[in-house]
Amino acid sequence: MTSKTSSVLKSNKASGKGSLIGYFPVGYPNLESSIEAAVAMCKNGVDVLELGVPYSDPVMDGIVIQEATQMAIENGFKLKQLFGAVKAITEQVDTPVLVMTYWNPVLSYGVEKFAHDLAAAGGAGLITPDLIPDEAAEWLEVSDKYDLDRVFLATPTSSDERLVNACELSRGFIYAVSTMGITGARTEVDANARKVVSNVRRASGSQNTAVGIGISTAAQVAEVNEYSEGAIVGSAFVRAYQEGGVSALTQKVTELAAGLK
Amino acid sequence: MSNLKDQVGPYFGEFGGRFVPESLIAALDELEATYNTAKNDPSFASELAELHRTYTGRPSIITEAKRFATHAGDVRIFLKREDLNHTGSHKINNVLGQALLTKRMGKTRIIAETGAGQHGVASATAAALFGLECVVYMGEVDTERQALNVARMELLGATVVPVKTGSRTLKDAINEALRDWVANVDNTHYLLGTVAGPHPFPTMVRDFHSVIGNEARAQMLDEFGFLPDALAACVGGGSNAIGLFHAFLDDPNVEMYGFEAAGDGMNTPRHAATLNYGRPGVLHGARSYMLQDEDGQTLESHSISAGLDYPGVGPEHAWLKDLGRAKYWGISDAEAMDALRLLSRTEGIIPAIETSHALAGALKLGKTLKPGSSILVNLSGRGDKDMETAAKYFGLLDGAK
Repeated sequence: MTSKTSSVLKSNKASGKGSLIGYFPVGYPNLESSIEAAVAMCKNGVDVLELGVPYSDPVMDGIVIQEATQMAIENGFKLKQLFGAVKAITEQVDTPVLVMTYWNPVLSYGVEKFAHDLAAAGGAGLITPDLIPDEAAEWLEVSDKYDLDRVFLATPTSSDERLVNACELSRGFIYAVSTMGITGARTEVDANARKVVSNVRRASGSQNTAVGIGISTAAQVAEVNEYSEGAIVGSAFVRAYQEGGVSALTQKVTELAAGLK
Repeated sequence: MSNLKDQVGPYFGEFGGRFVPESLIAALDELEATYNTAKNDPSFASELAELHRTYTGRPSIITEAKRFATHAGDVRIFLKREDLNHTGSHKINNVLGQALLTKRMGKTRIIAETGAGQHGVASATAAALFGLECVVYMGEVDTERQALNVARMELLGATVVPVKTGSRTLKDAINEALRDWVANVDNTHYLLGTVAGPHPFPTMVRDFHSVIGNEARAQMLDEFGFLPDALAACVGGGSNAIGLFHAFLDDPNVEMYGFEAAGDGMNTPRHAATLNYGRPGVLHGARSYMLQDEDGQTLESHSISAGLDYPGVGPEHAWLKDLGRAKYWGISDAEAMDALRLLSRTEGIIPAIETSHALAGALKLGKTLKPGSSILVNLSGRGDKDMETAAKYFGLLDGAK
């Protein structure tokens, strides 16, 4: 089983550069523009793309992402367009594309069909914020079958036993939730982030860890990469796009990527 | 057949589970452990029973609705009077139980979601009684149609947060409460008000409401000498219905009927009849029936009753439906409002609009049962909170009177 995501993170870590993982919602503000935005992010310093699926009930997301994904739905986003978007992006850039999705859209589409169509489109795998490994039997099976990454979450309150299990079952990386809360910029990335990452290290010697939630500055990106394999940035990119379209987004990506060596 | 009554979460058949962010798992584990310890601790049961006796006003009585029943064919109708509980509905049963658990966990803050405001009022009441901080999330649409309950909660010392995202109703209030909980889980208990959500909520909330059916079953036998042929209760998330049904699940001669809100009517797009028109999916932490489009996006529900205006339903109801143990029918806004007026005029009892769906259901059901049959209806709440909606609906405020 080879994970392109894992290879990218490991080689960037080895070279001392570190990695920037960037989130953008597909279909926001419309399908074409979201593809253009995602490609621009990949061309300007994002090492792994996290493509978000708009969903009606995003309980892990703060107001910036909520508003963007709600607009995508209002502007007519349909789930089947996701696969075309992944294909369009992966045809233009070599960056691994992970899809971030709440679980019900996948269930509704059919877990196996979703995995098949995602793999066929060139997608790397899934980040599943509301699917814990305990409930993931079908996804574990089909992600093996289609050689897809599966990113589960590690949090400050996860027990050691759960971390060992989540590390074992994650592929690509494990998503370390830096703080108890939802997505959105914070002035300080919680000291909890270091603790979660060190807990993950104790649980697994080899699993990659990327830190997300609250990261919005180049300094935070640099800091997080000192002790993990990557920094995940979402709301800051969506906000930049809201304020100034692709050019502001590109500028923000360039600015944050400068936090890497 | 094993006893249906003994079924506990996380799964009811293929329904239930814990489809939530990892950030909440430790809190759910803590809650489950605290609840399991309390359940086996006689002092917890006696403390809760004493609160119910001296504060809630339990046991609630059974009233036979003789004049109302003449409109339901040849049947007898009995009302389990949860409307007489302190705060005016069944919701207090669960709230007091969870408030005691909050104290046991050493938490100082509770959050709650509310649609009609009944659960919010009950939560604010318990917070006042136990000295807890209380924040209630309520869809902005609902704060407008239930303004009186907002005032009640604020008078009781709670903070009411109008939720302006999504469809601005109960579903979005739950999303916002979950977001608060993720961020404040160390000092905060999410006092979920129905038998939905992630395990252990469906099992625990059912257990706290099972006092309704346990009392009613004993009262029917003691006072009338028989068990009812059928049970009737309204179903939004499903808490009052499961509370009534649970004690009777293994009584093979007792049929069970849940009545969902059909809004503009069955076969119209504006309804909240999740078990009739939904399909299985994951919403708010559990797998159950839900109203969703072909992409798995949650659909907005519609009902004149804020408390039934929810596109999901508790997983145990999904299980009982698939087993065929309970049947779920739809009741339109118009049928519910007619029943509200009929009970008011034949029995002198003004029911909540939610409850009126169960009453309308009993009127329909009665005509299909054998002559002489009996129906036990859960009169889950009183209608005071609905006077503005009812007065507008019946044109009582236009100066005609």
